[in-house]
Amino acid sequence: MPSASSSASGASLSSGPKTLTTNSSIYDIAHTVWQQYLATTPQRTLLLDAFMAFLVLVGGVQFVYCVLAGNYPFNAFLSGFCAAVGQFVLTASLRMQTSGSSTSTSTSSVGSGAKGKGKKGISVEGGAEEGAVSHERAFADYVFGSLILHFFCINFIN
Amino acid sequence: MAESPLDVLLKGNSGRTTRGLLRFIILATIAAAAVSSRLFSVIRFESIIHEFDPWFNFRATKYLVQHGFESFWDWFDDRTWHPLGRVTGGTLYPGLMVTSGVIYHVLRFLTIPVDIRNICVLLAPGFSGLTALAMYFLTCEMTTSPSAGLLAAAFMGIVPGYISRSVAGSYDNEAIAIFLLVFTFFLWIKAVKNGSIMWGALAALFYGYMVSAWGGYVFITNLIPLHVFVLLCMGRYSSRIYISYTTWYALGTLASMQIPFVGFLPIRNSDHMSALGVFGLIQLVAFADFVRGFIPGKHFQRLLTTMIIVVFGVAFVGLVVLTVSGVIAPWSGRFYSLWDTGYAKIHIPIIASVSEHQPTAWPAFFFDLNFLIWLFPAGVYMCFRDLKDEHVFVIIYSVLASYFAGVMVRLMLTLTPIVCVAAALALSTILDTYVFATNGPNPRAKANEDTSSEGLRSARKPDVGITSYFSKTVMTSSVVVYLLLFVAHCTWVTSNAYSSPSVVLASRMPDGSQHIIDDYREAYYWLRQNTAHNAKIMSWWDYGYQIGGMADRPTLVDNNTWNNTHIATVGKAMSSREEVSYPILRQHDVDYVLVVFGGLLGYSGDDINKFLWMVRIAEGIWPDEVKERDFFTARGEYRVDDGATPTMRNSLMYKMSYHNFNSMFQPGQAVDRVRGSRLPAEGPQLSTLEEAFTSENWIIRIYKVKDLDNLGRDHNTAVAFDKGNKRKRATKRKGPRVLRTE
Repeated sequence: MPSASSSASGASLSSGPKTLTTNSSIYDIAHTVWQQYLATTPQRTLLLDAFMAFLVLVGGVQFVYCVLAGNYPFNAFLSGFCAAVGQFVLTASLRMQTSGSSTSTSTSSVGSGAKGKGKKGISVEGGAEEGAVSHERAFADYVFGSLILHFFCINFIN
Repeated sequence: MAESPLDVLLKGNSGRTTRGLLRFIILATIAAAAVSSRLFSVIRFESIIHEFDPWFNFRATKYLVQHGFESFWDWFDDRTWHPLGRVTGGTLYPGLMVTSGVIYHVLRFLTIPVDIRNICVLLAPGFSGLTALAMYFLTCEMTTSPSAGLLAAAFMGIVPGYISRSVAGSYDNEAIAIFLLVFTFFLWIKAVKNGSIMWGALAALFYGYMVSAWGGYVFITNLIPLHVFVLLCMGRYSSRIYISYTTWYALGTLASMQIPFVGFLPIRNSDHMSALGVFGLIQLVAFADFVRGFIPGKHFQRLLTTMIIVVFGVAFVGLVVLTVSGVIAPWSGRFYSLWDTGYAKIHIPIIASVSEHQPTAWPAFFFDLNFLIWLFPAGVYMCFRDLKDEHVFVIIYSVLASYFAGVMVRLMLTLTPIVCVAAALALSTILDTYVFATNGPNPRAKANEDTSSEGLRSARKPDVGITSYFSKTVMTSSVVVYLLLFVAHCTWVTSNAYSSPSVVLASRMPDGSQHIIDDYREAYYWLRQNTAHNAKIMSWWDYGYQIGGMADRPTLVDNNTWNNTHIATVGKAMSSREEVSYPILRQHDVDYVLVVFGGLLGYSGDDINKFLWMVRIAEGIWPDEVKERDFFTARGEYRVDDGATPTMRNSLMYKMSYHNFNSMFQPGQAVDRVRGSRLPAEGPQLSTLEEAFTSENWIIRIYKVKDLDNLGRDHNTAVAFDKGNKRKRATKRKGPRVLRTE
């Protein structure tokens, strides 16, 4: 079932432009998003994104295989799939911590402002705490999480 | 504690270290108090394992220590569930046994030879000390006032709701699970606050440990996603939440799947689906948040709504399809009984028959929590006042846990930690408001060590507030009185209600001295000494673990209750006539039958009182052979005296319980002291069983199943023949005499 999440996010990736087709300027918007993304994202983050895309691909391939060819070594499938999903998630976390500390805080504060009810103080504090996580610390955490993840996967693979 | 020197110490630079030291000492004292208040049973009785389930855990631990981890993992136990056996290694939560095994080996390595039994007995008190510590950390995350943490730790250390499951000797999963529960929540809160992978991963690790220790891990599995979900609904998405939750879920799920008993449940069982759903949801939210950075608001909103509707529709349909097609297991029975309290009674008598699965009576809340229960709502209100992410957690937890605690007595245990947190928050707010910046109240607070130290600390805070000495005095002293009452209540409850091993019973003699009733161990020891190593013992499932642990004999059914049919078979054998029961006993190789009978002593937890559950469970499988109605009189009474129904009087259980009971009394005077009824003048006749052993106070009676008759007669005629023979002889003797007189 972790499949559902990643496939859903994959679907949302593709469905994003599709839902916009009901609007007028679909292609333009999608295009500008892509352009902006390429323009604003630094090289290191692009690398991480490429890795994440690769992980989505790996997970997708495993899932398709499982659906088509049966799930006989279920442990193996699960641990492979979970490894992909877990690594994706960890990488996404790393990306959030390292790349866009400025952009993410700004967006989150916008979000809380949009929903109102005076949570600005919290989001500000959150931003401050995020700023506190240094890149080295984030990477060390990332390695720690990945080690645990792969230990469990290898233990589970039988 | 003198005031002025401390004040000097608390000022200036050395203040922080002094306070740190004080805090450390207080925490150590709390831990010591938590441990020592759980030792009543060891002091009163002896170092012995309590109740029922702990006996199995103890037996499994011994197996682990003797045979090593590998064979424990693959343990197939052929000495329980007699014809079937049990794949024990794959059907237990190994956390508890492994923990005590590790402690055992560490102590051995340090050349401290400690008996494994003592480790098992003292594990729960030891972990309760750790729980108090974890509680301190958790509460300190909730508030800036350090006194709250200390108060919460003190509450947690001695609150009866937790002591009930963690006295010395109650070697059950909850012994370590509550510590893990609290500590996992602490790590989770820490992860949410810091948004770091490390805390999330640690939370996942402890979650994995928790999964290995207790089935109640499902509570965490659902509470954390709910917390995240509520935060998302409140519009509080941030990358901190994404990081902590996804890390926790990805690692925690994998960790939980390492336990053979859990296995694929996290992806198959509906109980775990909410976690997965929130995991998917937070991916979408994160992605949406990411995209929002690039496009203007209006388009984005439309995009978002469409996306949400589509995804939820797909997920819901998918869930329904998977549940219907059976890929995801349907909700488990215990789960249903959580929502519909009547469910278990109708569908699963075996769940309903366990007393700890009953709904809670309201005095139990006060009994187990004392004055914390009315501070609890106040504490929850405090959380609403500054509603940060962690306070949302407290609110959700308290709402859910209160509901669950109302449904099942046993879940009082999960409510207790949050009550301690909330009550400590409320009380520390009161104290911080009333006791500050003066030297007045401190001497009054001296009585209780927590309040005094806490008063000193809060004295550091410059604040505006109540300045009248009178109100301060009144408030502080009343709080101190409540705290003292709480301590007295906890001690009283612990010593009176929760410290009985229930294997050994205690009663008072008329002169007030204590009298120990040790029938259980007497009977189990008899079994161990006088029966063949492979003699199969049949008893009701309550005693299965004890027979396995103390008598070391194979049993038919035990407290694991994994096979309802097998239990129903035993129930049927107990509740049927001898002619029906005997073939069942023979088919299952039963050598001895054990019943618990309290009629002589007035011990109410005996088998006759549990008998209706046996009947009900048997009726669930054989509705036309065993009928509950037949055991009630025409007026709907459950009687054992002259008015008992024929079915009741012919049932094996009745016969075994009252066999020869008449001989203890004068003719016609036999009285059952539990049911308070006079028994029929003529006692029941057993033909297929013979009495093998009856303990001192008749609590345990053991019967041997007779072999087939030598001459091929059935047992009834054989017994009748034996008796008839005697009677004939008597009449013969009489006969000639009669003749002579004529």
